[in-house]
Amino acid sequence: MTHVLDPHALTAETPPRRELPTPYADVTRSESAFRAFLHGLPGVDQVGAQSRVAMLGTRSIKTTSKAWAIDTAISMVDLTTLEGADTPGKVRSLAAKARRPDPTDPGCPPVAAVCVYGDLAGIAKEALAGTGINVAAVATAFPSGRASLAVKLADVRDAVANGADEIDMVIDRGAFLSGRYLDVFDEIVAVKEACGEAHLKVILETGELVTLDAVRRASWLAMLAGGDFIKTSTGKVSPAATLPVCLVMLEAVRDFRAATGRQVGVKPAGGIRTTKDAVKHLVLVNETAGPDWLTPDRFRIGASSLLNDLLLQRQKLRTGHYSGPDHVSVD
Amino acid sequence: MIGNERLAVRKTYKLYLGGAFPRSESGRTYEVHDAKGAFLANAAWASRKDARDAVVAARGAFPKWSGATAYNRGQVLYRVAEVMEGRHAQFCEEVAAGEGLSSGRARAAVDAAIDRWVWYAGWTDKLAAVLGSANPVAGPYFDFSLPEPTGVVAVLAPQRSSLLGLVSVLAPVLAGGNTAVVVTSRERPLPAVTLGEVLATSDVPGGVVNLLTGDAAELGPWLAEHDDVDAIDLTGAPAERAMEFEREAAGSIKRVLRPPAVEPDWSADPGLTRMRTFLETKTVWHPKGF
Repeated sequence: MTHVLDPHALTAETPPRRELPTPYADVTRSESAFRAFLHGLPGVDQVGAQSRVAMLGTRSIKTTSKAWAIDTAISMVDLTTLEGADTPGKVRSLAAKARRPDPTDPGCPPVAAVCVYGDLAGIAKEALAGTGINVAAVATAFPSGRASLAVKLADVRDAVANGADEIDMVIDRGAFLSGRYLDVFDEIVAVKEACGEAHLKVILETGELVTLDAVRRASWLAMLAGGDFIKTSTGKVSPAATLPVCLVMLEAVRDFRAATGRQVGVKPAGGIRTTKDAVKHLVLVNETAGPDWLTPDRFRIGASSLLNDLLLQRQKLRTGHYSGPDHVSVD
Repeated sequence: MIGNERLAVRKTYKLYLGGAFPRSESGRTYEVHDAKGAFLANAAWASRKDARDAVVAARGAFPKWSGATAYNRGQVLYRVAEVMEGRHAQFCEEVAAGEGLSSGRARAAVDAAIDRWVWYAGWTDKLAAVLGSANPVAGPYFDFSLPEPTGVVAVLAPQRSSLLGLVSVLAPVLAGGNTAVVVTSRERPLPAVTLGEVLATSDVPGGVVNLLTGDAAELGPWLAEHDDVDAIDLTGAPAERAMEFEREAAGSIKRVLRPPAVEPDWSADPGLTRMRTFLETKTVWHPKGF
């Protein structure tokens, strides 16, 4: 006897078929066709990608540009807490910080979203009511993704019912790495359907995909399956977001829009801790995907400690002297 | 057979920051000359961003260093003196060249510096007894006052006495459990560079001492205004700007140790002033048991 709430939950659900955009209408007709398509994507020049991000990382962003970059980065932050020890109180205080990141300066923009586990989405929703800040919830057996489809879908529906505006799902890396691409695809399609109105971010967990070629394939797979965002990492695996990975994903969303007209967002998450890292990412977005992506609707940064560093740098620009960790809240 | 004389290796020193030896973020260096004007070496010329990084390193090192037992801190500092002793000849050479001293007087200055370090190492576990107290109160309480370290201390080291002066301002900061960001003598930085190498090869955790070779006039304002620096020692500040630095330090209510009118004779008995300045007295009340 299995213990599930919905007696039909574990019966095989037929994943809904998804209409694919024109040039790719039939790439998912069979497992082999889909594999042929994904492996037919141009290979990534890893050394080239690394030297490109190293070159872009040397861009010097100063004074007014820096002030703009800091405020833009703050408005793109998905302020995240994904700990086993999370409490409603912690989520509420995080929500308060999301609304007014720097209480001493009303000019400081709010963040884009607060990212929590699905069971706390209701608390976050209540605390953020009327602010325009979204509630993002991780779902689908985050962070490992090791559960049956039925459980994953129940997880998603639960988070949406709790008020999540955005769902951050993880792909089945086991299936992806063993080449069962259509399984991964179908799962994303099913999750997208379960999301309803909520936006779907697809976490590729690039730290487990090993190569940049695999990152490119996973990006295309997630975009074809209907993801509104592709996200690098859960933050639970190292390495998390790196610049070369982000470059490959930005190229993917750029090429995908050129081919289909649909604009997908990118969210690096995990490991971005300093303002310098964040600014490097913004430069990369501008130079790779273009300024159309420099908005919180199209680019997000998943982070927790980054926000404090952005605020310290912001205070430095405002006051002319260096600030310290005593002048931002302890999360 | 041509030219069998050896070509000397010219040295370009780096900063000592967070337990590592990075170049200045600015890429700047400057030439260091001896008392007679002959070239000695290149030193890194620290920028405000190096100072900022040094404060971050010092703040990061503070919990561990201040949390170590006083006895342990004394052992670690004593070990520094041991390693200094091993570098005795190198210190003598650098002090003699930089300050223009005879070898005898340079040796005396280095001996005094190492002895001074040992003296401060001995003070770590005596501070609580000498500066703390069990206070008499009219009630069923114990009442204790205990000295606790102030935090991150910025030190503008003396400009003239390059080793004895440096040790005399740095060691008291460390003995109390503070971490330090030191701007060394601009004209005579080499003993400080060697002290950095000594610290890196002894047991002092990285970040507890950060040595910035460069200009106190340039870095002083940034350290004085920095919100995450808890105290500043203005000993090596340019006389005409010390007041300005003190005013800037007031913005974040720092402890300030004012500079002496002229650089003192560092061989005199140092007393407890320097240690006491960078200690905060915490008084606790504790109910007596039944």
